[in-house]
Amino acid sequence: MSEPTVVTPGATGPTVVTCGADMLAEAVAGQAVGVERVDWRPPMPGTEADLAAVATDPRRPDANRRAVEAVLGVTATLVDVAPASEVLGLEPGQFLHAGPPIGWDRASGPLRGALMGGAALEGLVADPEDAVALFESGSSVSLEPCHHRSAVGPMAGVVTPSMWMWVLEDGTTGRRTYCSLNEGLGKVLRYGAYGPEVLARLRWMGEVLGPLLQASTRAVVAESGPVDVTGILTQMLQMGDEAHNRNRAGTLMLLRDLAPAMVASGADAGFDGSDVAQALRFVGGNDHFFLNLAMPACKLALDAGRDIPGSTMVVAMARNGTDFGIQVSGTGDEWFTGPAQVAEGLFLGDYGPDDANADIGDSAITETAGIGGFAMATAPAIVRLVGGSVPDALATTRRMHEITLAENPRWSVPVLEFQGTPTGIDVSKVCRTGILPQINTGMAGRVAGVGQVGAGLVTPPAEIFPQSLAALAARTPGAGA
Amino acid sequence: MKDHVELRPGAYADSVTLLQVSRAVQATPGVVAAQVAMATGLNLEVLAGMGFDVPGSSPNDMVVALRLDDDAELGAALAAVDAALVPTRPGSGDSRVAPPRTTGSALRHAGPGAVALVSVPGASATVEAMDALESGHDVMVFSDNVPVAEEVALKTYAATRGALVMGPDCGTAVIDGVGLGFANTVRPGRIGLVAASGTGCQQLLALLHHAGEELAAHGTDGVGVRHALGVGGRDLSAAVGGLATREALRRLDADADVDLVVVVSKPPASEVADALATEADALGTPVELGLLGPGQRDLTAVAEAVLARLGHDAPQWPVAGAHNTGAATGPLLRGLFVGGTLCDESMLMATEALGPIRSNIPLADDLALAPDELLVGAHTMVDFGDDALTQGRAHPMIDPTLRNEQLARAAADPATGVLLLDLVLGHGAEPDPAAGLAPAIAAARADRPVPVVVSLVGTDLDPQGLTAQRDALVAAGAEVHLSNAAATRRALDLLSQLEAS
Repeated sequence: MSEPTVVTPGATGPTVVTCGADMLAEAVAGQAVGVERVDWRPPMPGTEADLAAVATDPRRPDANRRAVEAVLGVTATLVDVAPASEVLGLEPGQFLHAGPPIGWDRASGPLRGALMGGAALEGLVADPEDAVALFESGSSVSLEPCHHRSAVGPMAGVVTPSMWMWVLEDGTTGRRTYCSLNEGLGKVLRYGAYGPEVLARLRWMGEVLGPLLQASTRAVVAESGPVDVTGILTQMLQMGDEAHNRNRAGTLMLLRDLAPAMVASGADAGFDGSDVAQALRFVGGNDHFFLNLAMPACKLALDAGRDIPGSTMVVAMARNGTDFGIQVSGTGDEWFTGPAQVAEGLFLGDYGPDDANADIGDSAITETAGIGGFAMATAPAIVRLVGGSVPDALATTRRMHEITLAENPRWSVPVLEFQGTPTGIDVSKVCRTGILPQINTGMAGRVAGVGQVGAGLVTPPAEIFPQSLAALAARTPGAGA
Repeated sequence: MKDHVELRPGAYADSVTLLQVSRAVQATPGVVAAQVAMATGLNLEVLAGMGFDVPGSSPNDMVVALRLDDDAELGAALAAVDAALVPTRPGSGDSRVAPPRTTGSALRHAGPGAVALVSVPGASATVEAMDALESGHDVMVFSDNVPVAEEVALKTYAATRGALVMGPDCGTAVIDGVGLGFANTVRPGRIGLVAASGTGCQQLLALLHHAGEELAAHGTDGVGVRHALGVGGRDLSAAVGGLATREALRRLDADADVDLVVVVSKPPASEVADALATEADALGTPVELGLLGPGQRDLTAVAEAVLARLGHDAPQWPVAGAHNTGAATGPLLRGLFVGGTLCDESMLMATEALGPIRSNIPLADDLALAPDELLVGAHTMVDFGDDALTQGRAHPMIDPTLRNEQLARAAADPATGVLLLDLVLGHGAEPDPAAGLAPAIAAARADRPVPVVVSLVGTDLDPQGLTAQRDALVAAGAEVHLSNAAATRRALDLLSQLEAS
């Protein structure tokens, strides 16, 4: 018989995680037991009942596990470059744009500017200014979100039939996503500029850059198979890119893969050495060039997680310059929208907050997939560009783990002990913690034609998360019974 | 006088912490009244009742309401608020590694044996508990006011994972000697408890501990408790159907270090009790069922049966202060409890002797007392730990204000013959509960020497010290028992003497 003493909890005793009254945590700690205290706060107002309904939805745990596995299971590869008219079936007068659906009447300045430039590029009007009447009448033109055609568009995201698109494919399922070619910075169509130099550059991209990239991509695919874009993302995250506002390493790795083929096949495609040199100079001089591959790679992964009943995972975040919208796996194609916010950050030249348009673009697809603002810790070189400090960057990535379902083992952050990036935003965790997804973004000028005015940080409007949670709760098996 | 009211959006602390903060600030020189609370509907009513004018707020705002002497410094009072709030968030000062914000996040890197203890407001408890179950951990849900449908959903999910949901409204558990919630420190042994009753569990822990110590003093060891698994007061109701009890029994049956299992419960649904008896018979480990109800044994008799099964005689259950007790001062029995099961046990016993007892947790619906009229011209027993009386405020084991007020009122009522009280010790309870109850008893008896019988549930290893607590109550004029059944019997005796005289 042992001495009748108090049980002394030690290595064999349980560790206790406490959530709630601190007094109970103190009582456990007072027994020399390891206690981890949750820093609990009340959820977003009015969400308690919906949170409980969704938490006890018997489908949810497995649905979210399947959604995450599907997203993490996708390897995005570059298989082709082709005009939107061919790969998206886009016809004259049809325009794609970023974000949730919107009409000309509510379109912001940069979206209007890009549409006007796009109309001129397609020859629907001679002068971009004439396009205003065209879009106001609406009789021969139509607007549709890029997301509805398996595409994503940075900033205004305007896509017209003659624009060349990257074509990414999931080799396992054959599913494809698309994105236009990046035009560079400053006065560019996606920021709403439509001056002659903007149109001239777009025409060169259509006549030279697009066909050259098509020829070289097809040559690489034929020779060594599709280019592993997900793999490039893995490497660039370790090289200081977060793949939203910084894509320098990714751009150069892409060039490494395509440049020899551009040189070799350029002649076959009818381009001389100076064309090839100009194309290489354009791509190499545009640090954002790879963004337009990162975005469709993220969409390809997230689309795999769509339409799983019971899943609370966000599969798209997108803005049209007026509204910020999200789509959630368990609620199909429904958009939950609220007013887009103006980013906080740094401004170019003498632009200031009054010059900036509300948040715009499909590029938040990168954050939705766990990079961009979610991977800030891996990109200390740009934290000041987007208005933060290095400790802020580490804290941001850690904070995003509080609202996500998983970590991406392929995309890891060296400075956080190679922890995977936070992946799969959970609507219910956002509502529980009040922590909003952190997005790195560029800022477009408020007025059509201005172009980029800055870059910074932004979050979605909080109310769209309780909205989507309520829709999920309404779809639980017990709802309405 | 001058009032200062401010809202602090985004600040949060739990109700117990804010109670302590309010008390600390009230003690600041120049502060006449202080209420620091979350702006819930109930708290706004309290603030309005105190005469504070609170601007438009959401329940997620913290309200700091101060009433100051005319010459008092507001700055000093606010500094006292901030100082009192600071220690409530350990770790949050470190911006580099912020503390986890959800139970799931805290458990992400926890070892397999980790247990979650959830005590957030009932409307948010299910979500946190699901986090624990999803990551493969057991959870104790201390929170009350959790809808029964959510309890069923939690326990149904847990059953598919072999996880244990203790609660909701589970006040007490002891796992491998570690007390969770309100738990007594007890000698270790080979008894396993399953409890659909927090204070019922504590009563058994206290009695078995005492018996074990007595036996050990005479050279016999072996009586002690290995685990006490709470399952929540509704587990044996028809709606929940004993889902957690079943899992707890399975665990204890599989534990080679458990020789005897004891189930203790508030009055269960009869069909659930029958099913439980059948299942218990099928286990390899013997099971002693201690299910309260009309005609059933009281908890002390259950403890004695456990001792008998282990081959021991029951000891003399201790009583102190018997010299204090004079004759009953009126015809009616007034029971004022912090422990719901102790209240149930006393009601069952008193009903046999006195007939129907009015209560806020009545044995029959037509005996119900509304929360705002607890003193009527009949025998009454009140459970101050009941959900209706704890909504928006702390449990009476932490905040005894309501019961102490009612104690004064009941003692002053000329019809009151005997007061029957409980006081529960252990981890989680007040550090010195007798310091609040003893003066209240003394004050009540100063005007009318009404006999006060107290069941003091605790062990000599509890942080409060059983002896010191007992002595304080005896000095205030109470008769103190370890056994609630014995205390109840004593109160009934005193009343019957009045009837006989």
